[in-house]
Amino acid sequence: MIEVKDIYKQFGDKTVLKGISAVFEKGKTNLIIGSSGTGKSVLLKNIVGLIQPDQGDVLYDGRDFTHGDKELQTEIRREIGMLFQGSALFDSKNVEENIMFPLNILTTMPQDEKLDRVNFCLQRVGLDNANKKMPSEISGGMKKRVGIARAIVNKPNYLFCDEPNSGLDPQTSITIDELIAEITHEYEITTVVVTHDMNSVMEIGQKVIFLSEGYKLWEGSNENITKSDVKALNDFVFANRMMKQIK
Amino acid sequence: MKKLGKFLIFIGTMFVRRESFGSYISLTIDECIKVGYNSLFIVTIVSVFMGAVTTIQTAYNLVSPFIPDYVISLVVRDMTVLELAPTIMAIVYAGKVGSNIAGELGSMRITEQIDALEVMGINSTSYLVLPKIIASMLMYPMLVVLSAFLSIYGGYLISLATGIISGHDYIYGIRYEFIEFNVTFALIKAFVFAFLVASISAYKGYFTSGGALEVGKASTAAVTNSCIAILLADYLLAQLLLS
Repeated sequence: MIEVKDIYKQFGDKTVLKGISAVFEKGKTNLIIGSSGTGKSVLLKNIVGLIQPDQGDVLYDGRDFTHGDKELQTEIRREIGMLFQGSALFDSKNVEENIMFPLNILTTMPQDEKLDRVNFCLQRVGLDNANKKMPSEISGGMKKRVGIARAIVNKPNYLFCDEPNSGLDPQTSITIDELIAEITHEYEITTVVVTHDMNSVMEIGQKVIFLSEGYKLWEGSNENITKSDVKALNDFVFANRMMKQIK
Repeated sequence: MKKLGKFLIFIGTMFVRRESFGSYISLTIDECIKVGYNSLFIVTIVSVFMGAVTTIQTAYNLVSPFIPDYVISLVVRDMTVLELAPTIMAIVYAGKVGSNIAGELGSMRITEQIDALEVMGINSTSYLVLPKIIASMLMYPMLVVLSAFLSIYGGYLISLATGIISGHDYIYGIRYEFIEFNVTFALIKAFVFAFLVASISAYKGYFTSGGALEVGKASTAAVTNSCIAILLADYLLAQLLLS
């Protein structure tokens, strides 16, 4: 479980996060949604420690990540897997080397075992024969899958996904969403997904947090998101014609 | 001053939370190939021509019959060892290796590859920058030694080809009143310049933000700042060690 308490973040004279508090539950796909520029990715970066919040705490299973010492932060980070918006695969390494990278750096596992683990993860994300391909040789959807495989290779306790569907076609988006949900349930991990894709919300949003202009305006699940009376949320959810028709 | 402080903190962070020693060995070897082996062609071309042109221009200026011919190669030797090989090569090195380092790190920054390392709990400065600086400090002095040799040899070849000075006189001149400390001085300069080029370029690349345009700007800034730093350090070292 990840607990975020009263997070504030300011860039220059613009306050991006204004006292965000939330609990991201274990074994669930927790979604942070909102329009572009509302602070979703900034919140995620605060949670994983890429940005230091001006005020507030982030607790990983009770461990204070924000104010903990460097050793504790490193220990927690080594329990984190993250899928980045652009996949962030290392250009100079092939698919296999990319996935094996966390094992090489963070473990003392023998080479055979590492290779078995890499092949298992590749199989898990449906990319059996892509080991030797370079990131430049694979499609956007495949890159996301490799990113997921790299994120889960070291058996993380926490999985973060920043806009996992951006730039993907609807079918591939659903496949990626399903994969994230399956992995979350299979390994009983805490997953936090930042998205503005309503399909993802409806598919995998077991817990949803809605941000608007730096505030958390709503919290619930995909089952009751359409019944909310928060105007900003309704504007966001029913922005497209299909959702309006459903309403 | 703020930028200098940020640069010093950047250098300092390389030495905390380091990964295992073994992981740095392969990274440093890879970087040695990139900064050293891959620079051989440009160093060879520039050095040979630099020596040849220096020989011709020195001969052109020393027209007095009272100055023996071997002085030409003596001048070429001292100019090469003291200044041309370490300093001019450092400018070339900044253009090739410095821009490459800044471009590589800048691209990694904007494509979130550096963030990916940080999220994994890896000290990205230490993992990415330290091997580049070590490799640069290992390889650049070797490139300077090679450059000095090739430059003097280039002068020798052009002397034979044009007949400006006989081969015998040229060899006599490069041996005449040779001061060993000049080589030590050149190597000290090489170490300092190698550190400056690699660290300044890495700093510029590491803190890139934005897109492809900013990566280009970072590369340009890396080369410009490295060149200025080289020239300043060149003056300071000359003042400290030769005066």
